Amino acid sequence: MKNEWPLWEVFIRGQHGMSHRHVGSLHAPDAEMAIKNARDVYTRRNEGVSIWVVEAKHIAASSPSDKGPLYEPSASKVYRHPTFFDIPEEVGAM
Amino acid sequence: MSTAVTSGDDALFEFLCRMGDSTLVLGHRVSEWCGHAPVLEEDIALANTALDLIGQTQLWLGLAGEVEGKGRDADKLAFLRDGWDFRSALLTEVPNGDFGRTLMRQFLFDAWHSIYLGRLLKSSDKRVADIAEKASKEVSYHLERSADTVVALGDGTEESHARMADALAYLWPYVGELFAGDAVDAAMVEAGVAPDPASLREEYDALVGRILEEATLALPEGRFAHKGGRDGRMHTEHLGHILTQMQWLQRAYPGCTW
Amino acid sequence: MYAQMIKTAGTGVKSPEEMTEEERKFQAHVDANEKVEPKDWMPDDYRATLIRQIGQHAHSEIVGQLPEGNWITRAPTLERKAILLAKVQDEAGHGLYLYCAAETLGISRDELTEDLLSGKMKYSSIFNYPTLTWADIGAVGWLVDGAAIMNQVPLQRTSFGPYSRAMIRICKEESFHQRQGYDIMMKMAKGSEAQKRMAQDALNRLWFPSLMMFGPSDKESVHSAQSMAWKIKINTNDELRQKFVDQTVPQVEYLGLTVPDETLSWNEERGHYDFAEPDWGEFFDVLKGNGPCNTDRLSARQEAWAEGKWVRDAMMAHARKKSAAQVAAE
Repeated sequence: MKNEWPLWEVFIRGQHGMSHRHVGSLHAPDAEMAIKNARDVYTRRNEGVSIWVVEAKHIAASSPSDKGPLYEPSASKVYRHPTFFDIPEEVGAM
Repeated sequence: MSTAVTSGDDALFEFLCRMGDSTLVLGHRVSEWCGHAPVLEEDIALANTALDLIGQTQLWLGLAGEVEGKGRDADKLAFLRDGWDFRSALLTEVPNGDFGRTLMRQFLFDAWHSIYLGRLLKSSDKRVADIAEKASKEVSYHLERSADTVVALGDGTEESHARMADALAYLWPYVGELFAGDAVDAAMVEAGVAPDPASLREEYDALVGRILEEATLALPEGRFAHKGGRDGRMHTEHLGHILTQMQWLQRAYPGCTW
Repeated sequence: MYAQMIKTAGTGVKSPEEMTEEERKFQAHVDANEKVEPKDWMPDDYRATLIRQIGQHAHSEIVGQLPEGNWITRAPTLERKAILLAKVQDEAGHGLYLYCAAETLGISRDELTEDLLSGKMKYSSIFNYPTLTWADIGAVGWLVDGAAIMNQVPLQRTSFGPYSRAMIRICKEESFHQRQGYDIMMKMAKGSEAQKRMAQDALNRLWFPSLMMFGPSDKESVHSAQSMAWKIKINTNDELRQKFVDQTVPQVEYLGLTVPDETLSWNEERGHYDFAEPDWGEFFDVLKGNGPCNTDRLSARQEAWAEGKWVRDAMMAHARKKSAAQVAAE
């Protein structure tokens, strides 16, 4: 009988106030064990202070074929970046 | 052989060897799983437990050597003492058996270890309290993990339940030794260094009973206890084999730097 | 190099004219050094080759635990014991990362494991050699991990995103492995007569098997050319082997040991060492299953897997019961 433990995606928040970041995956029978396994597998070198796990099948992902419509429209909105604006140096820090 | 306690330091040395030898021997046993566990995640977790135990050994035996004051460091104590000078609890010496027995042994030891270390946090000897401080964090995790696994395997399938029941029956007679006090313990209580082992039994039984119930296993009724590890009077036959392996390089090539 | 003699699927590099529109787009994407992600379109042969390569790499990490694990209970000091245990544990972790990378291609870890245990998939030939003395633990870290790193560092740039990310993590963690091995060798080579003898003996036995890790020459191979075009192989086997020898010989000299190759000499003109090829007959024998430890290694893994089945099943069964009880309570 096929009885493989489900696959979980692991997200870890490091020491310096950054967001949780995807670090990898692992197998575990349930969420509690997934957190423990993540602790043992992905924080062996003092990498984290907080762990999230989510079963891989519950992750909804954007489709690669939508890359154009999803991301390219933002490329032309250059005015959203601070470097778009020339501010004279004498104005000081801004 | 049986401990003639002549001074406070002798008793303290004995006490420290009891702590360090148990973590050493159990760490050795757990490390035997490396590369052979039922699934990668468990392989990695067991190695973490073994690493913690070896690290604790370095601290306990390091302090033991210091207290003894004869120039023996943790390595000399670990690799150059004979079996009768070891003070490991018998529970730590028994063979791993299957994964279920290994985890049951781990749980029975972790439960004692966590309660005992909890008391050592208040030790009158700051060096002991400091080691306990570091070790107790590691051991809380060991206990959490081994308890969860015992529950899962006890409750899991008919086969796993039967295996866990067998493991418990095999290991239970080795539990009592952890709570049998002697002159060394009395001296440690007197000096405020460590608690009376017997005083921890009630808390232990409550903790173990709660987890075993969750695991659909019954707390064994028998109170018979094999003894002789903590005082070195009579170890298991297994210890000799462990030491033969562990100490071989140091014994065969004395005085080398590795 | 933990992945060895990977058979590249397909018939070799296609010209743009032979490619379909999708294949052309894919190749252009790879040529631009952009990553291929699991849900992106990819040629079937690319997927099949990667599963073989990442799978074999993962298997090598797992089987590779055994020769070094052989010495954990005999390590000569508490510190050495902890270091070795941490290192062998890392190998398990690396196997785990790699299996996860392979899983994104649509194969499960259990399927890959079954293929390893049935002998359908291979692992690196090097792990079929025994570790006979403590110096072997030094030599394995120094030479075997050294050879592996030589291959893995360029693979951090491989085209397949999950493989590349696994390699980055592995390389970061593995940086201590080779150093701990050399550290052991330094102690042994500068130690007692017996220790020196162990060190030289380890080098004698592991030198050529380490050179074999890179695989036979593949500069003429159409399959390798395809893998290189796909950027799942970055250098030829000969390039990496040469680089390994050039880097390692001075390290041998520093230890005061002798490379077991009388033909070894510095070639001023090439700016590289000339060295003897390993015995490729022996190599193919080992691949076929006739190495000194093949049977023992595989049966150790088979036993762990078979003995572990009741544990894996029971933990899953318990998780299902728990989740059913939670649903019922809601």
